[in-house]
Amino acid sequence: MPRAEGVAIPLGALAAGFAAFSLFLLLVGKSPAEFFGLVWKAGFSSAFSWQNTLSRVSPLVLAALCVALPARLGLVVIGGEGAIVLGGLAAAVTGTAVAGWSAAPGMIAMALAGMAMGGLWIGTVGALRIKRGVNETISSLLMAYIAIALLNHFVEGPFRDPASLNKPSTAPLVDALKVGDMPFLGAHWGVLAGVLACVFSWILIERTTLGFAARIAGDNVRAAQVQGLPVGKLVIGFTALGGAFAGLAGYYEVAAVHGSANASLIAGYGYTGILVAFLARHNPLAILPVAVLLAGFEASSGLIQRRMDLPDATILVFEGMVFIIILLSEALYGHLRLFTAAYWEGR
Amino acid sequence: MDPVDIGLWGVPLAILGGAIRVSTPFIFVSLGECLTERSGRINLGLEGTLVFGAMSGYAIAYQSGNPFVGVLAAALAGACFGLLHGWICKFKGVNDIAVGIAMMLFGMGLAFFFGKPYIQPQAPDLPAIPLGWWSSVPQVQAALQVNVLFIAGGLLAVAMAWMFKSTRVGLIVRVVGDSTDAARAMGLDPDRVRLLSTAAGGALAGVGGAYLSLYYPGSWTEGVSSGQGLMAIALVIFARWNPINCFWAALLFGGAGALGPALQSVGVTEGYYLFFAAPYVLTLALLILTSSPDRALQGAPLELSLTK
Repeated sequence: MPRAEGVAIPLGALAAGFAAFSLFLLLVGKSPAEFFGLVWKAGFSSAFSWQNTLSRVSPLVLAALCVALPARLGLVVIGGEGAIVLGGLAAAVTGTAVAGWSAAPGMIAMALAGMAMGGLWIGTVGALRIKRGVNETISSLLMAYIAIALLNHFVEGPFRDPASLNKPSTAPLVDALKVGDMPFLGAHWGVLAGVLACVFSWILIERTTLGFAARIAGDNVRAAQVQGLPVGKLVIGFTALGGAFAGLAGYYEVAAVHGSANASLIAGYGYTGILVAFLARHNPLAILPVAVLLAGFEASSGLIQRRMDLPDATILVFEGMVFIIILLSEALYGHLRLFTAAYWEGR
Repeated sequence: MDPVDIGLWGVPLAILGGAIRVSTPFIFVSLGECLTERSGRINLGLEGTLVFGAMSGYAIAYQSGNPFVGVLAAALAGACFGLLHGWICKFKGVNDIAVGIAMMLFGMGLAFFFGKPYIQPQAPDLPAIPLGWWSSVPQVQAALQVNVLFIAGGLLAVAMAWMFKSTRVGLIVRVVGDSTDAARAMGLDPDRVRLLSTAAGGALAGVGGAYLSLYYPGSWTEGVSSGQGLMAIALVIFARWNPINCFWAALLFGGAGALGPALQSVGVTEGYYLFFAAPYVLTLALLILTSSPDRALQGAPLELSLTK
């Protein structure tokens, strides 16, 4: 039953995380039952709460892919926030340039600009790793800070719409280029894009030779090199693809949510995406349910603040605890007798 | 005192003053990370430790009325975070880089959670020593207001360098960081050495955080740290795991961070946000220049997952 292990351990760890957080709530004198009840109510119980949850799913899924794809090659990329921010900026600037175009080509141009920018940004991280041996964790992080400074520079300076007074922004998108909501769901089309991106990534990793080569390189670089696999190209390609997805998240944030590029793009989705990817054990299909779960938690933050008189950081404490316990549970793989073939054969 | 017009001399002076003010948290957090990494482990969670140190230091200083009690509390809190990180990373199959990110979220979450009531009240500040008394120019005096923790950080860097070089404890940390097997053969317990090194590193990061809230900028807000804890990891690589270099690197970072405000003060506002990115660009450029695809970084502890 080793396959069951991959489901049982994350679920068990999630339950342990809930238990640890319940203990925390009891220690500060709040009711865990009320907390989880409110999470359910605000995140998952009604059509309205599902809208609220789904509206946060798209950037989480796309940011998580930016972590999960390089992770298949053994790289820990944590700077997806930079690709979201600059992807959004590139999409917004393109949107101004193509304002006269009709909707479909204009939207495609914007999405491609966002993806190209994000891909270039995180692809650079992969290239630096291959060409210069620069650690990808550190470089992606430094580049995230540089990206935020670039965004601030451009929306305050060269690309600033003079009409944006209190919140410096790029020129607002024309209505034709704005992305609307999907029918019946009340969430924008980015959710579908996120689902497609996950399916595409899963097929790429699990069902193609490229993905197979990447998994070998992730397991053992030496072996991959001995086999003559193009490790360098794989690293650059997978990091660039992950970055392109994060850039697409930036595009949807601009075209479907904010209507222009401004400081609202720096919303921390890149960092929550890391948590989603690790919870999903870097499996693109598992990213979807995990992202929905976390989006629901974040969607309930406001209600929890008001009803339980808790600070808005409560959800951050909750996520941190769950994340730590999930990572701790990695130590259990291969150590639980229940999941070994020998245990089941001996019965 | 009225400022004297000193023209463009104000720029290097403001950079010097900024370097001294801004570098102190970098000194502490990078010395802490240096110790942890020398033992063969990386702690990416120091950003969370720093923020929690800033909050707890401020809260305890406010409650006790004594800023130094606050610093002590921050160090204790940091040590607890270090112990937790060290304990989790002891297990096989646990990715220490990912645990660091989780600890960062957790530390920031706890700091914001418990820190809400302390955003308004005013805690006592850490004292500064006016090293600019010899000058009659107020800008010089302002630039040379040196906080006691800055001086303590400098002394600590020297002490830590001496510890690594000439003491038994330093040798033990180095052996554990370079070869787990050799350490076991010597009868050492690598897990315990790493646990204690991570705890001590966390304590130092906590002190760095207390400096932020108790001296500069000198109040507790949720934006009190702007990535100093994360930057420390790059800084330690840049300093090649040498405590004395950590001190100089921290000063350089502080100076780079002060570049934008210094230029703004003499009327250069073009590219203000780009100057804000200066420390990050500087670190990245140095990393690119000094790395090589063929060999591990010079001076790196051999057991470090980051550079293996």
